[in-house]
Amino acid sequence: MKNTFLKRGLLAGAAIALLVPAGFIALQFLHDPGSNTPSVPVADAGQQIRQGRYLAQAGDCMACHTTRGGPAYAGGRRIETPFGALYSPNITPDAVSGIGKWSADDFWRALHNGKSRDGHFLYPAFPYTDYTRMPRADSDALFAYFRSLPPVAGQNRAHALRFPYDQRWLLAVWRALYFTPGEFKPDPRRSAQWNRGAYLVQGPGHCSACHAARNALGASEEGIGLGGGLMPTLGWYAPSLTADGEAGLGGWTEAQIVALLKTGVTAQATVFGPMAEVVAQSLQHLTHGDLAAMATYLKSLPPTAAERAGDVALTEPVAEAFLARGAKLYGEHCSSCHKDDGRGAAPAYPPLAGNRAITMASAINPIRIVLNGGFPPGTAGNPRPYGMPPYGPALSDSDVAAVVTFIRNQWGNRAAPVTAQDVGRNRAVPVD
Amino acid sequence: MKRYLFLSPYPAVYSRRKVTATPGVVRCAFVFLLATGGLTAGAVAQAQPDMRTPAVVPEPPQRQARVDDTLAQRLAACTACHGKQGRAASDGFYPRIAGKPAGYLYNQLVNFREGRRQYPLMIYMVAHQSDAYLREIAGYFSEQHPPYAALQPVRAAAAVLERGRVLVREGDLARKVPACIACHGQSLTGVPPSIPGLLGLPSDYVSAQFGAWRTGARQAAAPDCMAQVTQRLSVDDISAVAAWLAAQPAGDGAPLTAATGKLPIACGSFPQ
Repeated sequence: MKNTFLKRGLLAGAAIALLVPAGFIALQFLHDPGSNTPSVPVADAGQQIRQGRYLAQAGDCMACHTTRGGPAYAGGRRIETPFGALYSPNITPDAVSGIGKWSADDFWRALHNGKSRDGHFLYPAFPYTDYTRMPRADSDALFAYFRSLPPVAGQNRAHALRFPYDQRWLLAVWRALYFTPGEFKPDPRRSAQWNRGAYLVQGPGHCSACHAARNALGASEEGIGLGGGLMPTLGWYAPSLTADGEAGLGGWTEAQIVALLKTGVTAQATVFGPMAEVVAQSLQHLTHGDLAAMATYLKSLPPTAAERAGDVALTEPVAEAFLARGAKLYGEHCSSCHKDDGRGAAPAYPPLAGNRAITMASAINPIRIVLNGGFPPGTAGNPRPYGMPPYGPALSDSDVAAVVTFIRNQWGNRAAPVTAQDVGRNRAVPVD
Repeated sequence: MKRYLFLSPYPAVYSRRKVTATPGVVRCAFVFLLATGGLTAGAVAQAQPDMRTPAVVPEPPQRQARVDDTLAQRLAACTACHGKQGRAASDGFYPRIAGKPAGYLYNQLVNFREGRRQYPLMIYMVAHQSDAYLREIAGYFSEQHPPYAALQPVRAAAAVLERGRVLVREGDLARKVPACIACHGQSLTGVPPSIPGLLGLPSDYVSAQFGAWRTGARQAAAPDCMAQVTQRLSVDDISAVAAWLAAQPAGDGAPLTAATGKLPIACGSFPQ
């Protein structure tokens, strides 16, 4: 008797354990939040297209939807993820491979709820987790802009994801765990400027796509957090925008933040790597007012603690010899621009002393910059940048490790040493 | 992997190996657990270290160091590999860019930026630069005329060098290979605005470019004449041409003043 009771209990438990998740998953397939949000008619179609163009720049849609040197927004760019590669689709108004047959409602559903025209789930490499914060009017403006582009014919490439990530239906689980559709809700206690900045950062700007850590399933669990994250397939670290030990902005003035986003260079810092692309393609085109709004919002974020780098045992003879070698290499290769005192000559040559990009726990960015060099982005505000030579061809892994360790521990800088293995790993990262 | 052997003397450096990867099995397990409701979202959250880091705000420099407002200074990143004034470096790979026609240099910078050439370090350099700046950079190096470096010793059999000479000066009619001099000028010093000179280039560099044309890693505006020529050459032909070119003294290296006639093959980079 008692046994039967237990059995029934177990069965009921098992049924609940299966049915409750099944219910959540079914909800993802059937429910379309926002589907009752209608288009708002606009009087000036030209103005709507201009607004859409601006939003496409703010969202840097081109970064994924355009191949290197390819036709604008025609897709096809390979996006490496830890789960395999995705190929961005054509979003020009081509009837076959583009959005020629889409309606404004279809486009809104993709942006707001991460579903394609035929209802299938979109992979969250398309940052609908952020774009969902955009209101219908902005979605319609973007749609009007893309529809105004010349259609580019072409075949969309199928994604090359590994099993089980190639099973789209499993995204129902992912969505149930990590995706909450919903427009941006202004905080009435904050200024209009703050709210505009919050909207741009959390919505179209999708800053957290890079500046937040992702878990094993590729989801950012910090919500709108900007606590920094490694971009594993690109080999760059997007620093925390809240931690003072990284790129926290509490100590910067609004004008400094605006200048960095607008021109790519300031007296304190220079953007490099993927952020150079963001400044070149997206941020430099935003209005001063919008950049100031983003700065206001970013400065208001509560400071967090950065991951702390381990201390260097400076007294050990080995470490001393290593640093001495780094110092010698610095004198030979770096000091003519960055100066003996590490103060550089900004904006041409950023300071290394006190530069947080150098001293973050992750040394991947300074390693990459020493190996590959490059130029800050060419922008209207800095159209002819000064360049950094690549030292990968000239210096061994061990030499690069020594010089990066040296700049991480000189002029008051203090951060964990870098090994030749750390350097070797980053010689092999792909271009994009 | 194999094609990088053509492209670079540092093949191991730019293989497309990934940086990190969580073992697939672990992630499969995650998906399975999540699908069966066996794990909550919180369980995979990352621990936040509870440590405050003091603010590090750089002091603004007391006295701003002066930086020369010259292209030579702005382009120190280029000359680190291509040598002072772009005269080529002694390592036998990076080509001389000094004195090449501005149109040729500009086309190459744009080709790197837009994915038609694949050398990663060059892509990093030009990825986010404007047409105007690239034109200025090309113009700057085209106007530099530093002396040529001493010839690198070329180790090739006499028969190989002779085959190279024949291809360069006469071509191979049977295989429809035009002579190099038919486009690159009688003295091989290039033709403005966009046909490069071929002297003073290391044989490794020349071989690598033929390899890249062959695999499609180096492309140019259509019709891509050098890609077509390359398809008609054997590997031995390529080695022979590269060896013979590298063994020629460069002279004063000044480009010819103008094209002397119609090219034997249509080139998108040199519209006629």
